[in-house]
Amino acid sequence: MFDGVLPNVQWALTGLYGVLVVASALTFALVRLQPNRDFRELVLRVKSWWVMVTLFALAMALSPTVSLIFLGVVSFLALKEYLSLIPTRRADRRVLLWAYLAIPIQYYWIGAERYGFFIIWIPVYMFLLLPAIMVGHGNTQGFLRAAGSLHWGLMTCVFSLSHAAFLLVLPEEGNPAAGGAGWLLFLVVLTQANDVGQYLWGKMLGRTKAAPAVSPGKTVEGFLGGMATTTVLALLIAPYLTAFDWRFAAVAGLFIGFAGFIGDVTVSAIKRDLGVKDSGSLLPGHGGILDRVDSLTYTAPLFFHYVRYFYY
Amino acid sequence: MVAALRFLFFALIVRPVVWVALGLNVRYRERLPRKGPAILAANHNSHVDTLALMSLFPLSMLHRLHPVAAADYFLSSKAFGWFARHIIGILPLDRDARERGDDPFAACREPLSRNNILILFPEGTRGEPEQMSTFKKGIAYLAEELPDVPIIPIFLHGFGKVLPKGDWVPVPFFCDVFVGLPLPRAGSPEAFMAALQSRMRMLSAEGQFPRWD
Repeated sequence: MFDGVLPNVQWALTGLYGVLVVASALTFALVRLQPNRDFRELVLRVKSWWVMVTLFALAMALSPTVSLIFLGVVSFLALKEYLSLIPTRRADRRVLLWAYLAIPIQYYWIGAERYGFFIIWIPVYMFLLLPAIMVGHGNTQGFLRAAGSLHWGLMTCVFSLSHAAFLLVLPEEGNPAAGGAGWLLFLVVLTQANDVGQYLWGKMLGRTKAAPAVSPGKTVEGFLGGMATTTVLALLIAPYLTAFDWRFAAVAGLFIGFAGFIGDVTVSAIKRDLGVKDSGSLLPGHGGILDRVDSLTYTAPLFFHYVRYFYY
Repeated sequence: MVAALRFLFFALIVRPVVWVALGLNVRYRERLPRKGPAILAANHNSHVDTLALMSLFPLSMLHRLHPVAAADYFLSSKAFGWFARHIIGILPLDRDARERGDDPFAACREPLSRNNILILFPEGTRGEPEQMSTFKKGIAYLAEELPDVPIIPIFLHGFGKVLPKGDWVPVPFFCDVFVGLPLPRAGSPEAFMAALQSRMRMLSAEGQFPRWD
């Protein structure tokens, strides 16, 4: 079943399980050593990571088509979570169905390697189509709010995230070490590691609040520590997964750290605006799926264009 | 044969729709009864309510689950009636029985005595989507008559957005299912109804729901 997968990608996926084993061992030790403290959320979090890594690794190992479908499902879950979270109008029920329909079409462009359609389908055509259908229903009360918030959701959950999927179909010539899957793994591993890094550095050294009005838990120390760890990690894994030399790897690490932070606080701002703590309850210990992919909505498009501009 | 069809319908269509296309946020799942007899009392906004409540239980319990549904609506046509009775497994309820001096829950007693789980919507109808209307008192009489059958209140949110009354195209939304503790048996039907209403209000107050207008 791993036939089509390049050796470096197989090693990287195996490595993820190594990280999970270490994380589980550390959690187990913490629970044993400090029995009076409540580690339930941490335990749940690590458990959810096992499930997420397994689904991701399976999708990557089975075939490129399965990987695309997997990422399409992630977009669907994120958009569904977003639309369940925000106020919507009863009149727009069927418009939302059209918005969902944009997902398979967007991922179809990727599978067919139609970059031109991929890059304009949502920002141009869905942007024009959805308000047109809404107008057809004739309800002007709250029109701008509804059209605006729906498009924001599509851009974030579908358009932005699908850039991660387009990495998969980039030709192997541009990345002989690990192909399109290598670019994707590099992006996803660094983005998620950056989240964990910022959280851990913040817990250990956090003093100065980075965005008190939006996300009181975020600190400058966590942000900088996370960005540094991410950059070091980028330097370490780039030779195996990407075509980057050390300078390109360092720049990628730096902007993934920075953009990941912005993506995180952007979703936090929405949650704060709506008065909810988590975007959902799909991933025990993490919250919803938007809580997990928030950083990726910023890092994926930036990383994709960085790679495409310099290597294709 | 029909039992197999019912099993396949729930395994291959209902569950994937409820758990993947929609997605449930279930709070206090541990309060669901592990075996019958029991009555689940939920608010009602959509046909999907019934399917979602049935999907909370393992498929091995499917043959024990029976929604109580209005006979005049569900048995109005032959084909739909067959589907409602045998595939969904409804117990028909005669909404006008009490006016005639008959017992509307006539069809419910026997399944309860065989340790089945009944799903009841005390509002009596789906009504305006995402708005709770007053509960009908029938359930209080049933509660009085069957003091040993636990009655579990369940608050549902979101299904009216998925498929409101009068619409036939479902739209995916994550939905909420908040399970309450079994209701204590109050002295009178009025007291039971007050307890049920207040328990439902408490459950609904646990969630934060976006505006939908």
